[in-house]
Amino acid sequence: MNQLDSKFGQYGGMYVPELLIPALDQLEQAFLEANDDPAFKKEFLSLLHDYAGRPTAMTLTRNLVSNPKVKLYLKREDLLHGGAHKTNQVLGQALLTKRMGKTEVIAETGAGQHGVATALACALMGLKARIYMGAKDVERQAPNVFRMRLMGAEVIPVNAGSGTLKDAVNEAMRDWSANYDKAHYLLGTAAGPHPFPTIVREYHRMIGEETRAQIMEKEGKLPDAVVACVGGGSNAIGMFADFIDEPSVRLIGVEPAGKGVHTKEHGATIVTGSQGILHGAFTYIMQDKEGQIEESYSVSAGLDYPAVGPQHAHLADIGRAEYVAATDEEALNAFKLLANKEGIIPALESSHALAHALNMADEAEEEMLIVVNLSGRGDKDLNHVISILGDEING
Amino acid sequence: MDNGQHKQRYEHMFAALDDKNEGAFVPFVMLGDPSIEQSEKILLQLIESGADALELGIPYSDPIADGPTIQAASIRALDHKITPIDCLNLLKRVREQHPHVPIGLLLYSNLVLAAGIDNFYQQAKGAGVDSILIADVPIREAARFKTIADGVGIDQILIAPPNATQETLKSIGELSSGYTYLLGRAGVTGAETKAEIPAKTLIDNLQTVGAARPILGFGISTPEQVKEAIKAGAAGAISGSATVNIIAKHLNDEDAMLNALSQFVSAMKAATSKGQ
Repeated sequence: MNQLDSKFGQYGGMYVPELLIPALDQLEQAFLEANDDPAFKKEFLSLLHDYAGRPTAMTLTRNLVSNPKVKLYLKREDLLHGGAHKTNQVLGQALLTKRMGKTEVIAETGAGQHGVATALACALMGLKARIYMGAKDVERQAPNVFRMRLMGAEVIPVNAGSGTLKDAVNEAMRDWSANYDKAHYLLGTAAGPHPFPTIVREYHRMIGEETRAQIMEKEGKLPDAVVACVGGGSNAIGMFADFIDEPSVRLIGVEPAGKGVHTKEHGATIVTGSQGILHGAFTYIMQDKEGQIEESYSVSAGLDYPAVGPQHAHLADIGRAEYVAATDEEALNAFKLLANKEGIIPALESSHALAHALNMADEAEEEMLIVVNLSGRGDKDLNHVISILGDEING
Repeated sequence: MDNGQHKQRYEHMFAALDDKNEGAFVPFVMLGDPSIEQSEKILLQLIESGADALELGIPYSDPIADGPTIQAASIRALDHKITPIDCLNLLKRVREQHPHVPIGLLLYSNLVLAAGIDNFYQQAKGAGVDSILIADVPIREAARFKTIADGVGIDQILIAPPNATQETLKSIGELSSGYTYLLGRAGVTGAETKAEIPAKTLIDNLQTVGAARPILGFGISTPEQVKEAIKAGAAGAISGSATVNIIAKHLNDEDAMLNALSQFVSAMKAATSKGQ
C-alpha cells in the first residue's frame, strides 16, 4: 500500500501496468526518506540557490496596467537558470535518482523545455539522460534538440502515434517498464501516476512560498489572486500549494483555449471537463466518445497536453481554484504587451496567465493585488512568434 | 444464456487439457485488425487451427504496455474507425459459432471508463466474453472493476510480473479467477525480446498462494518457448506479437495470411503436449 495518499479526491491514482508498481513504490519511499534527511534538503537548497539562482525576483509592473486600483506583480521564474520554473523540480528528481542508486534518466519532452532542464541537471549530476520527443516536435524545436545534445543527452524521436508529447510520454513509460532497475523516469509535470504529482508539487512549492514572503515584505498582505498557466500544471501547482489554505487568495489556472474551446483545437481539459485516465492518472482529459485520446492544440507547445495534473482536477471540483482559458490570440497580445511595456519577453505559456490577469485588471472595480507566475522566458518562442507576428512587428 | 455454465469456460478448458496432458496455447490478436471482416476470419481460423482460448485486444490510441507490433495493429484498426462496439459485435458472431472456447479481452482502462464500467462489462458478457484484463489497472486500482466483474460473471484477470512483491502475490491469491497472466519478462509486449523462462519460482509461489492457473505471456514466439513454459509449470502460453506479425506480413494476401496463421497455431499448439 501507499504511504502517501495516492489520490486527490477521486483524481490521481496509479493506473499503470502492474510491472511499474514496484518502481513507483520505490520512488515514493525515496522521496519520503529524502524529506526527512537534512543532508538532502541542504543539497537541494544549495543547488537551487547557487546553481539555479533562487530566490527569483518579484517585479511590480510599471506600465502594463492602466487601472489605478490594480497592482500586478510578476513572479520571475523566467529568470531561473534554464529559462523556466522547470529547473526546480528537475534538480530535486535528479537528486532522488542518485539517492535510489540509479544511473540513467528517462524523460519526455514536448517543446523541449523539460528535456533541456533534464539534460542540464543530468550533465551536472553525471547521469545518463535519454529524452523522448515526438518526431514532429524534434523538427519544430531544433534549437532545443541541439541544446539537449550539447549537454550530453540522447534525444530519441518518437514516430509512433501522432508523434507529439503524449506519444513521447507513452514511449518513456515503455522504456521505464523495461529498465526501471537502473533508470529513473523523470516526469516533467505534476501529472502522471502517484507519486509524481505530489513530488513535482513539493519540488516547485518554493515558487508560492517565495511569493508569499515577497508580497508580505512589499505590500504587508497576501495577494487577492495568484494566476498561473496550466498545461500539465506544474508551475501552477507550485504557485498554488502554499496558498491553498489561505481562502482569501483566489487561485486561478489559465488553460490554453487555442483557437477557441468550441473548436477541436485547444488544450483546455478542465474547462471542457471530460473525465478519464491518461498516463497513469484519473483526471480531466481530451477524448472522443469511445475514450480514444484526442490531440490537444495550443500556440504554446508547453501547454499542448491532452490531460492535466490530478490535483488541479480536484481543486476545480471542490471550487478551491478557478480554471479559465485564454486563446492563442489573447496570449500573443499579452506577449507583445509585456515586451513593449515592461521590457520582458515572456514564454507563450506564461503569456496565457498574463492575458487573463490583464482582463481581471481591466474589469477590477475595487483594489486588487494580483501575482502572475511568469513561468518562463520567451526566447525559445521567438522563431515561432516571428512566423506569426514578424510582419506586424517589423513593419 | 446460462451464466453459471459460461463462467466456467476456463475451468472446463484446463480440465480437458489436463485429461489430455496438454497445456493451453492462447494466441492474441487485435480485434478489427486489419478490418472487421478479416478479423472475423482470423479469429475463426485461430480456433479451427487449435487455439485453446483467445486473448483479444480492443484498439486504443495510447497503448503504454505495448511494443511497436501491437501498437501498429491498433493503428491499422483505428484507421478503419473500429470502435469497441464493433469489436463486441464481432465477438458475438464468433461466440455463436464456438460456444465453448474461452475468450478474454485485453484492453486499456479509458475505453472501459468511457463506456461506463458496468455498461462495458455487461456488454462484454452479452458478447460472450469470459475474462477482462485491463493493462493499466494494477491490483491496487482493481477493486471497482473486480466488483463489477464479479457481479456480471466475468473473470477479472490479474497480472503476475517477474518483480511481484509478496503483497502482490498474496492479492493475486485472494482475487484471481479464470487464469493468471504471468509476465515472462519486464518491458512491453513484443517478440523482439524473449521471455525469460523458467519463471519457475514465480509459478511455484503463485501455486502456494492459491492463484488461478498461470498462463505465460510477453515475448513468446516459438514452439520451444511454449514447451519450456509448460515444463516450468505454466498452464499455457500466450503469443501476441508473433501472431500479429503474421497478420502484418500478409496484409495484401488474405489466403496467405490465414494459411500462415494456421501453420503457426498448429506448431505452437503441438508444443503444448507434455508427453513429448
